[in-house]
Amino acid sequence: MRLELGKVLIKDMQFGNQTKVENGTLFINKEEMLNAISGDDRIKGIELDIAKPGEETRIMPVKDVIEPRVKVEGPGSIFPGVLGKADVVGSGKTNVLKGAAVVTTGKIVAFQEGIIDMSGIGADYTPFSKTCNLVVVCTPTDKLQQHEHEQAVRFIGLKAANYLGEAARNVVPDEVKVYETLPFAESLKQYPNLPRVAYVYMLQTQGLMHDTYVYGVDAKKIVPTIIYPTEVMDGAILSGNCVSACDKNPTFSHCNNPVIEDLYERHGKDYNFVGVIITNENVTLMDKERSSNWTAKLAEFLSLDAVIISEEGFGNPDTDLMMNCKKISDKGIKTVLITDEYAGRDGASQSLADADRSADAVVTGGNANEVIELPAMKKVIGYLEPADIIAGGFDGSLRPDGSILAELQVITGATSEIGFNKMSATTL
Amino acid sequence: MIKIVHYINQFFAGIGGEEKADFKPEVREGIVGPGLALKTAFGNEAEIVATIICGDSYFNENLEAAAKEILEMVKKYSPDLFIAGPAFNAGRYGVACGTICKEVQDKLGIPAVTGMYIENPGADIFKKDVYILSTANAATGMRQAVPAMAKLALKLANKEAIGTPYEEGYIQRGIRKNIFREERGSKRAVNMLVAKLKNESFETEYPMPDFDRVTPNKAILDIKKTKIALVTSGGIVPKHNPDRVESSSASKYGKYDISGVMDLTEETYETAHGGYDPVYANLDADRVLPVDVLRDMEKEGLIGELHRYFYATVGNGTSVANSKKYAAEIAQELIKDGVQAVILTST
Repeated sequence: MRLELGKVLIKDMQFGNQTKVENGTLFINKEEMLNAISGDDRIKGIELDIAKPGEETRIMPVKDVIEPRVKVEGPGSIFPGVLGKADVVGSGKTNVLKGAAVVTTGKIVAFQEGIIDMSGIGADYTPFSKTCNLVVVCTPTDKLQQHEHEQAVRFIGLKAANYLGEAARNVVPDEVKVYETLPFAESLKQYPNLPRVAYVYMLQTQGLMHDTYVYGVDAKKIVPTIIYPTEVMDGAILSGNCVSACDKNPTFSHCNNPVIEDLYERHGKDYNFVGVIITNENVTLMDKERSSNWTAKLAEFLSLDAVIISEEGFGNPDTDLMMNCKKISDKGIKTVLITDEYAGRDGASQSLADADRSADAVVTGGNANEVIELPAMKKVIGYLEPADIIAGGFDGSLRPDGSILAELQVITGATSEIGFNKMSATTL
Repeated sequence: MIKIVHYINQFFAGIGGEEKADFKPEVREGIVGPGLALKTAFGNEAEIVATIICGDSYFNENLEAAAKEILEMVKKYSPDLFIAGPAFNAGRYGVACGTICKEVQDKLGIPAVTGMYIENPGADIFKKDVYILSTANAATGMRQAVPAMAKLALKLANKEAIGTPYEEGYIQRGIRKNIFREERGSKRAVNMLVAKLKNESFETEYPMPDFDRVTPNKAILDIKKTKIALVTSGGIVPKHNPDRVESSSASKYGKYDISGVMDLTEETYETAHGGYDPVYANLDADRVLPVDVLRDMEKEGLIGELHRYFYATVGNGTSVANSKKYAAEIAQELIKDGVQAVILTST
């Protein structure tokens, strides 16, 4: 499967008469866009705003971040099985508005939503302070149940990204990058002497509002399976969750999964990157046993020499991470894990809720409990009030002057467990 | 100039070896023994105003009294800094240095530094609390140990930022601190993967801790006579969360009186937990904290009694250290109240 990813570089974003890309600026016709994404009667009103890098703007509570993409050639459309048919995606050509993002916010859906600061110290911790953000502010109808609210906002965000993505359809990309993964037997023939590696991609599925979707299927109902890495780039996996903002994977991060990108970098040189095993993080022991048995079985089936395993979330899924690691290691397959830590505000506590001796190669995205002071911002898109109740906030987090004292946990994407950031932790 | 009080044992004071280990605390003005090397390292920046000498046996056999006595001696000089040792691999000396450094820090608020060999039992006990410079295992390492100790001590006295154990030479304290590395996490993972495949060396960013596994208690023999308490990490609290227990990383737990409460209702209780969909817990908090069922069982005589209080915190993102602390406090109260069994509910 071969995908040409065309990057249309976006340096600025403005509202205008027509939605189009011109000299690196994405112009957006507000009214047309509102028409394209409205229509869900669970939502009373939608407002659109723009937040650019360097501005003194705070977006909160952030639910999801989505990158605008469009399928130019090849089967299917972006977010298959959700906004389009369940065609197999990942081949042909896809254009991306690189540097642009859709951010969904509004009245809080659930506790675990995040903050994006476009400048100041908070901006250093989130990848989404570097993108021009089209912010979609959704106001739900009164007494809307939380899971209904989540679903409504999720779909509005996806539609918004697809609406903007269309603007890239007929633009000649500034950069083109080709990614290719051969069918398994062919890849073995191509690189008979290289060790075989795969990526074990754990998806957040702890329950209602803690869900991830694969071709529209709630991933807690899957058994672990194999997909081509390029399918992920076309939106085969998307976020439907409200877990802690710092270490959940927004839809943006799934489409741009850096583990996949970096595994491709040395593919054919140091190893043969044969594919991706996706698995879930369900909460019952039976589910955990079944899924970790299956990841180990698939790793063996592919005759792998090594895997990278990434976690999403923390606490309960730490168990899944360790079970995957132990069972895959027991097959004689080498493992590297990516996680983050909850070592307490003072950093003195044990970082994970589980441990196993086989986990001897671990990359960490940092301690999410470390406290940070976010200065007040001139402009707020959304609402500041949830600062005291979102995961990582505490009573008094929001100060009268609009500054926020909270754990890094509140910052969207701060301790990414798919290795988006340079942040890590060390032992003092 | 920075004023320092230095602590050493009877051996380094030149009083004697094991036969003099019962030497009682004594303070002398100025420098004694290894203080001379420290003085050279400090130059004009700091001065050792007094040296306290104590026998290792005396200190370890009279821990509380000795610590108290020495603390009083330190206090008199109101120093800016306290240094003990270095103790190298001398076990009782190491424990004495660690103990007194911690006391001086905690009780007098004066920064303290000591030095030990990494396998000194004092290192393991006190590395979390005190900066312990990593030294050789014998006094022959004095020449290397002293300048590094002096450098770290001056930084502490001047309230300068302390670098990593690697940079400063102290024994890892076990505190996790965020840093920014050269490469993004995914690239670091790929590099580690390739190193592992090639059997090359690599350094894990998070060494696995020794995991604390709890053995379940023995079964209860007669449940019908047993007083049972409910404790939950599922965040069930009286409506409007009076104690403001956080939705994640809880900094506290609540204790709530349920005498006369037969059923938790939507009007009276809710969950503060941010890690699960609260809809069903808010509709009927008994789903997480089964008060209604236990009341029925109490009435039917199937259990002895439901304890008057329940305890609740939020497990979501709460550190293991805090969880342990809450559990220890709660357990003590439960034992005091004559509770014989606890139902722990999680979510």
